[in-house]
Amino acid sequence: MNVVQPFEGIGASVRRKEDFRFLQGHGHFTDDINRPGQTYAVMLRSPHAHAVINAIDTAAAKAMPGVKAIFVGTDMAAENIGGIPCGWQIHNKDGSPMAEPMHPALALGKVRHVGDPVAVVIAETRAQARDAAEAILVDYTPMPGVSQTEAAIRPGAPQVHDAAPGNICYDWHIGDRAAMEAAFAGAARVVKFETTNNRLVPNAMEPRAAIGEFDPHSGDYTLYTTSQNPHVIRLLMGAFVLHIPESKLRVVAPDVGGGFGSKIYHYAEEAIVTWAAAKVKRPIKWVAERSESFMSDAHGRDHVSTAELALDASGKILGLKVHTLANMGAYLSTFAPCVPTYLYATLLSGVYSTPVIYAEVKAVFTNTVPVDAYRGAGRPEATYLLERLMDVAAREAGLDKVEFRRRNFIRPDQFPYQTPVALQYDSGNYHATLDQALVASGWGDFESRRAESKVRGKLRGIGISTYVEACGIAPSAVVGSLGARAGLYEVGTIRVHPTGSVTVLTGAHSHGQGHETTFAQLVADKLGVPIANVDIVHGDTAKVPFGMGTYGSRSLAVGGSAMDKAMDKIVAKGKRIAAHLMEASVEDVEFERGTFRVAGTDKTKTLTDISLAAYVPHNYPIDEIEPGLEETAFYDPKNFTYPGGCHICEVEIDPETGKVAVLNFTAVDDVGRVINPMIVEGQVQGGVAQGIGQALLEAAIYDAEGQLISGSMMDYTMPRADDLPMVSVATHTTLCTHNPLGVKGCGEVGAIGSPPAVMNAVVDALTAYGVRHVEMPATPDKIWNIIHGHRMAAE
Amino acid sequence: MPQVTLTVNGTKQTVEVETRTLLVDLLREQLRLTGTHVGCDTSQCGACVVDMGGDSVKACTILAVQCEGASITTIEGLAAADGTLHPMQEAFREYHALQCGFCTPGMVMSAIDLVNKNPGGLTEKEIREGLEGNLCRCTGYHNIVKAIAAACDVMQGRRTEIASAAE
Repeated sequence: MNVVQPFEGIGASVRRKEDFRFLQGHGHFTDDINRPGQTYAVMLRSPHAHAVINAIDTAAAKAMPGVKAIFVGTDMAAENIGGIPCGWQIHNKDGSPMAEPMHPALALGKVRHVGDPVAVVIAETRAQARDAAEAILVDYTPMPGVSQTEAAIRPGAPQVHDAAPGNICYDWHIGDRAAMEAAFAGAARVVKFETTNNRLVPNAMEPRAAIGEFDPHSGDYTLYTTSQNPHVIRLLMGAFVLHIPESKLRVVAPDVGGGFGSKIYHYAEEAIVTWAAAKVKRPIKWVAERSESFMSDAHGRDHVSTAELALDASGKILGLKVHTLANMGAYLSTFAPCVPTYLYATLLSGVYSTPVIYAEVKAVFTNTVPVDAYRGAGRPEATYLLERLMDVAAREAGLDKVEFRRRNFIRPDQFPYQTPVALQYDSGNYHATLDQALVASGWGDFESRRAESKVRGKLRGIGISTYVEACGIAPSAVVGSLGARAGLYEVGTIRVHPTGSVTVLTGAHSHGQGHETTFAQLVADKLGVPIANVDIVHGDTAKVPFGMGTYGSRSLAVGGSAMDKAMDKIVAKGKRIAAHLMEASVEDVEFERGTFRVAGTDKTKTLTDISLAAYVPHNYPIDEIEPGLEETAFYDPKNFTYPGGCHICEVEIDPETGKVAVLNFTAVDDVGRVINPMIVEGQVQGGVAQGIGQALLEAAIYDAEGQLISGSMMDYTMPRADDLPMVSVATHTTLCTHNPLGVKGCGEVGAIGSPPAVMNAVVDALTAYGVRHVEMPATPDKIWNIIHGHRMAAE
Repeated sequence: MPQVTLTVNGTKQTVEVETRTLLVDLLREQLRLTGTHVGCDTSQCGACVVDMGGDSVKACTILAVQCEGASITTIEGLAAADGTLHPMQEAFREYHALQCGFCTPGMVMSAIDLVNKNPGGLTEKEIREGLEGNLCRCTGYHNIVKAIAAACDVMQGRRTEIASAAE
């Protein structure tokens, strides 16, 4: 057998191919690109959360040095430029469609959030554009604004859109209400829990950027942009906003410095620079300053929820009822409507065999930045609600929190498991991940560690979270019936060159995930080509046939499966060529890792022999087989994948300062087959860091009327190295049953499983203070007040 | 416009700059050394850290005109002419201490200064505290801390090559 040496295939912790360029400063990020004759755009943004625009005077600004042009909303409207489209339509309980107000790229008549772009200045230099933007005079009439969902739906609240009465985007539900009510009527105990899932700013380290370019000779447009899915941007911007056919629009997403969801969406600035490039007949570059990112990148989370759990006398769950208000912000971002519905409410069964669930979700417009998917997208919100509720219920029912969970787990023999909220889990073993995590975390010895902390005057707590999530959203026909306005397949092309090196074209996009390595490992494993000879091409609509991009932990499960199918086609064609060359029947040709062999003989041909014959077809069955060795496959999954696992967190609180230190974090995750363990561990560690950030540090704070208070990295607490612990990561694998690789996805598990583990530990540490719940983030101020409030009450 | 003469990655050069030009803009826009990144506007993130005469500095907080006579090393100037990576670069690769790569140049430059300023070695806690000026959103810092410890051992002569992450 021709095994690649050293082994670079599935299961090897291969060091990353992409690291050499990033480590030497040779990355190629959007702001690193300069186009000939390039100009610079600066956006003038609204300082008001809600205001009428009476007039915009650009005369003085237009006369300033270097200014090429200034455009406002009416300039775009005059050319029938479309609104920024939404990619998902939810229907109300009564079957009517959601409210979907126009989202102009540049504000028209009104601004609806701080940061809403009002004008774009294009100048020879960035500094000149910035100077001119300051000289634009906008006459606003400020109006009352509203930032919180509960306030936005009160009678008399400020109206964000005339087209959305009462600020309701939609009022949706899922599940069987009558069955839920019957279950609650027969319950021995009902546990009620209310919580807010704090609003977060994704803060990928690379700020968003875009360069628009127009070639007047060919009529071709090019957009370089910080996107997780360039083909989706081409489709949305070309078809709905600028009316440019795909054949005349190229979208390039080069190296992208982190996304976490925030770079999925089609943003106004992309359309503005592309449209304006044709006006000024020069390329236009726009790069967000970080404070612009805070007020223009889609935020995440922001749910207010009430959950009720019905239990029988033995602690078995009878039913779950959930009511959630979800903040959409001022406009609908690309996937925003599906996050609190099909990515959130469908996950409310969690890892439990809850027989009936009913959830209703109201999505609400407010005068804040749009909210959309952020690492986990709906699934962290569902997991947090459930896993905090499980702890509260266990305590109130007098049950051990681990035993209570175990008693209600879906058992391994119940897969495939149909939940009452639409999903069918294909595989998993929640008992196994729990048991492994209990051992790895030293759960059984915890009380001795708690006692040791107490000696030092510290409060120690331990928290657990057992979770499942849903990745690789699919299949297209199903998501279409649920409101998706796109397919959710993926595309892969395998191009075997004449001398045997391989180029892979993938519709997935890597912005930190290491696809250039992991995807090359798939090729090494199946075709036996060393990864040094495998190039992964992504992020350019002119090179890659099509693709839906990277989000929802879909790259390997969907994109990798497309590549696998394309490799199957390569092998099938290769066998026919090999059969000809070795004068054998095609049925007798076997293939393994780069070698074609006539079964039971020592007659072999390498993949390179075959590719050479395919491109130099001198001795070739030309009447039966076309020359060349390149295949493309589209893969549309049959189901979501369902990673799951158990996270355990140990914290120590200093009662004098209220500061929570995370001492130990143990993650045992089932992500299906692991291609590169090193990369999986890195993904989980990074996700856990964002989860700890949500639990302890991060919150996007608006005042009641919509002023963004935490609008810079000086005000918004990003996790730093000394805020975080080492994170112990292990995997326990059950294979996905419906994709060819058996993979499930690992990008979001860390951010989904960890926040409730941390908060359960915080509450556990505060048991002596009679605390039932602490809202995220558990800042020192909040904790100190709990402890000292309790002490004062006791005195 | 003012002229500034400075040495960047071993090459002495004289450039014309606006008085308001920041060092990071001089490096990125005029000298086309785009490995040094800009990740924020409040000097929090550290993506722009370079070495200036033996000290790590945030290139977004230094005016180009302050660099007269200075010797600057950027991420592009770390590897040897034959392509051999600096031990810190090698350790980051071995320990998977980077994902998207955007914070990486500043992180590597800060880490090298941290090691150089602590010749007696570094504990995990000291490494974490020493990274207070650098943000990473991808890795959770776990692997960055391990990489710096491994590079520290080589830079300070306790080992001849970067310890394998598998050890």
